[in-house]
Amino acid sequence: MKRIVVIDYGLGNLRSAMRGLERAGAQVKVTSDSSQFSRADGLVLPGVGAFKSGMQNVQNKKGALLQAVNEGTPVLGICLGMQMLLTASDEGERQGGPVEGLQLLQGHVKRFNFDITPEKLKIPHMGWNRLEVVKENALVKGVDGGYAYFVHSYYVEPGEHTVATSSYGTSFAAVIASGSVFGTQFHPEKSSTVGLQILKNFVELC
Amino acid sequence: MLTKRIIPCLDVKYGDGNRALVVKGIEFVSLREAGDPVELAKRYDQEGADELIFLDITASHEHRKTMLDIVKDTADQVFIPFCVGGGVRTLNDVIETLRSGADKIAINTAAVKNPHFITHAAETVGSQCIVLAIDCRRNTDVEKGQHLVPLEDGTLAWYEVVIYGGRTPTGIDAIEWAIQSERLGAGEIMLTSMNRDGTKDGYDIPITKAISEAIDLPIIASGGAGTAEHIYDGFVYGKADACLAASIFHFKEISIASLKQYLQARGILMRI
Repeated sequence: MKRIVVIDYGLGNLRSAMRGLERAGAQVKVTSDSSQFSRADGLVLPGVGAFKSGMQNVQNKKGALLQAVNEGTPVLGICLGMQMLLTASDEGERQGGPVEGLQLLQGHVKRFNFDITPEKLKIPHMGWNRLEVVKENALVKGVDGGYAYFVHSYYVEPGEHTVATSSYGTSFAAVIASGSVFGTQFHPEKSSTVGLQILKNFVELC
Repeated sequence: MLTKRIIPCLDVKYGDGNRALVVKGIEFVSLREAGDPVELAKRYDQEGADELIFLDITASHEHRKTMLDIVKDTADQVFIPFCVGGGVRTLNDVIETLRSGADKIAINTAAVKNPHFITHAAETVGSQCIVLAIDCRRNTDVEKGQHLVPLEDGTLAWYEVVIYGGRTPTGIDAIEWAIQSERLGAGEIMLTSMNRDGTKDGYDIPITKAISEAIDLPIIASGGAGTAEHIYDGFVYGKADACLAASIFHFKEISIASLKQYLQARGILMRI
């Protein structure tokens, strides 16, 4: 049985992520103890809340996380957790420039802006939206065209690591993957069968 | 494009025989099967519900811990967004309920009594977690209202916010309260008109439309759904982002799957 560690850094509903991964067949440990990271078959970085406080809260686990990833342990970032895997985010920039992320993958997180679009869309983007797989990857096997549950005000433009997109006023990265680093902008643990399929795919590739 | 959402609601009461029961509806014959919140939640998740709302209508402090255990058991069965409300009075209630597996918290009476509670809660756990439940009732004494709404027959009325499960009028205009709550940091509005709740005559379209047009927050229409067409009307005429129903799902009058097929065929985007 695959051992997955869900990194607890004080944000969000970790219970659902744990149950979703268990349903996907994994043995799950939710912990803030970074000494557990290197022993895991896979890591999950969840996240609800703001980028800056997320980065602050994960700071004392950063070394252990990066080391595990460099040793090849797959990591899955969820929602804010996905954004934190990237280069930087505009969220919090009013306090002086973009906030640096974990920089495992190239990508810049921006805020949705519908001031110039014909239809004024609501922010946050909250609800069920369709996934379009744009690049083959084990993580998105069997989910093309399915719906996933999103809640976010900031997004990443599609780029070289984007394997699935979704659209809300603009096309954005819904799933990113490169090597053993993965991220979903939506909440797979809240995305019913499509989300559980993604968690299962992740557990299988760990 | 976002889909419109279909949300079954579980009104859960703790009491008789120390059991938690889903109690909406008057069809006592079916009450037993409709009774277990955990089983119902599981069924709705499997049938394609887009979200689930759990309202503790016992809302008594002595049973709060027991109810949180039931919230946990229910949350463990659903892999869709899960909103919990009923008797949420303090920031600690909000945090404990989220820790029990809820994704969103519905606040009603406590927010009316202290509007800053919304801001406090939103700043602590994020606006996306805070659903403001507004219960209201038509008032034809137009002198007293701030925002007048034309009813189905063309007469004017205002909608008054009511609290304590609809028992206590507050004198507050519901549209004004919705506008204010957006500024205070609410993330979503769940709107129930007491004139329609339990009637199965359809949602109260005039107030649903008025609030949808007045603010940018997503609106959940609630109270009165008796047919698939009522839900269509809620989306199209009420301009709701989500429609909530209870008894029509509990007693299997309409399955979620067939309702979604019907709505999709009539041009409303659904997650199918």
